[in-house]
Amino acid sequence: MGLIREDVEKIAHLARLAVAPDQSERYAGDLNRILDLVAQMDAVDTQGVDPMAHPLHMVQRLRPDLPTEPNRRDRFQAIAPLTEAGLYLVPKVIE
Amino acid sequence: MHDRTIAELRKDLDSGAYSSVELTRHFLGRIERLDPGLNCYITVAAEPALAAAQRADRAIADGTAGPLTGIPIAHKDIFCTQGLRTSCGSRMLDTFIAPYDATVVERLAAAGAVMLGKTNMDEFAMGSSNETSFYGPVRNPWNPTRVPGGSSGGSAAAVAARLCVAATGTDTGGSIRQPAALCGITGIKPTYGRCSRWGMIAFASSLDQAGPMARSAADAALLLRAMAGFDPRDSTSVDTPVPDYLAGLDASLSGLRIGLPKEYFGEGLDNDVATSIQEAIREYERLGARVSEINLPNSPLSVPVYYVVAPAECSSNLARFDGVRYGHRCENPKDLDDLYKRSRAEGFGAEVQRRIMIGTYVLSAGYYDAYYLKAQKIRHLIADDFRHAFEQVDVILGPTSPTTAFPIGTKMDDPVAMYLNDIYTIATNLAGLPGMSIPVAPVDGMPVGLQIIGNYFDEGRLLNVAHRLQQTTDWHASPPPGWD
Repeated sequence: MGLIREDVEKIAHLARLAVAPDQSERYAGDLNRILDLVAQMDAVDTQGVDPMAHPLHMVQRLRPDLPTEPNRRDRFQAIAPLTEAGLYLVPKVIE
Repeated sequence: MHDRTIAELRKDLDSGAYSSVELTRHFLGRIERLDPGLNCYITVAAEPALAAAQRADRAIADGTAGPLTGIPIAHKDIFCTQGLRTSCGSRMLDTFIAPYDATVVERLAAAGAVMLGKTNMDEFAMGSSNETSFYGPVRNPWNPTRVPGGSSGGSAAAVAARLCVAATGTDTGGSIRQPAALCGITGIKPTYGRCSRWGMIAFASSLDQAGPMARSAADAALLLRAMAGFDPRDSTSVDTPVPDYLAGLDASLSGLRIGLPKEYFGEGLDNDVATSIQEAIREYERLGARVSEINLPNSPLSVPVYYVVAPAECSSNLARFDGVRYGHRCENPKDLDDLYKRSRAEGFGAEVQRRIMIGTYVLSAGYYDAYYLKAQKIRHLIADDFRHAFEQVDVILGPTSPTTAFPIGTKMDDPVAMYLNDIYTIATNLAGLPGMSIPVAPVDGMPVGLQIIGNYFDEGRLLNVAHRLQQTTDWHASPPPGWD
């Protein structure tokens, strides 16, 4: 059983993508073809196999918990779609 | 001058045969004249290039020039370049001016290389044909009705067409090697962690790796030596010394143990491509290598595993594009959810949205074990296959891509058919191993790539194996007809 239109709409919501009603049917077809390809994994016995977390089995390098980045607010906000007084503007969230 | 190797250009620049400014103008002139027919460049940076060339000429005059000083290169538009648009081939970043340089960009600039511009690519590096770019497809200089491969298609076509001396690329599932194969150039994807990912826009962070694309292994070695090395700003950067990749280029191949994976020569491989690969392997035997058949039994699973791991990581990485801090923002959002959803739907193309949705699905509650965890376990089996193989052989050879470049437009309606282009390249990314593609005998006038896979951090050997073949054959040296 593959994904149907309603599934695509739910996934699109989780991914925060506005998918038009006439597109969700098409995406359902595409995603099902990809999942059919992925289903080849089901035939593999992976009992007792550890998942591979890192190609070189390295662990996360840690650094001292000290600030290293300078404040570059102005430079970063210069490329933002909408700012005011050093703040990013979004539509009203709280009524 | 556009047909010279980096070593030849170095000699000419140092002897004053021409200046870096003259060389840079020459390439900028070619780009202006010839690139409209290929669409390799998204952004040409003429003024910064000439300023860098002037600095290079001063360094040459001062006697402080290094091997790359004054050499014109291009960067894939996935690398952040301060003050210059970095689009990643997407409408989402069409107006994004990067606030800093990627480490790879910084290192090549510090080595004196001159950046001519930013090359076209599949959107967010998701594609194998360069057709998913917001800026339109790149055309293959060997036949403009064919794709150049992807995702580093602009870099590959620009190097092949002599619109830059060399270029950077990135490779998540074959995005350096497959376009290098389809455009008849030399490209190397180093070991995972060898080149810093800092400032390289993330697609699938456990697979992404930067590498050089050039016209020969010797040129690629010069670039890689400058690009590679530890970077504390990338938490997955490997702190291992970078060997001098040039020192071992000429080493003899006598006694080299070559493995040919049975799985890479089976059904799906074009017969003529197979013949070209066999011809190159016979050349290696003449050079003293010993060839044996090996098995990578789990490698046929690499495509299904990749299409879980890569979309999963992409759905997480691309969550940052929210229409708030940078990138595309929709008009008149009615609320915050509408702002996110429409900005992302308008900013991303269909292939990127497909992958975000697959990734969101396989990571959603209740599906993690069946998809992501299962894929990571099989990934272990794929890596183990290589580990066993490298107990018996020094390098693994095979085709880079099952066919030569296909016509533009033929695979865009079938994502799975497109994904199968990377059937021979993906396993190396999953295992984190270095891989390379070099041109061998063409088929019907179209380039064919030989893939060379090595053990972890064995880039020097890959470059050596590639260089020796390029010393005794001239498959790598011929420009596409009309582009000499």
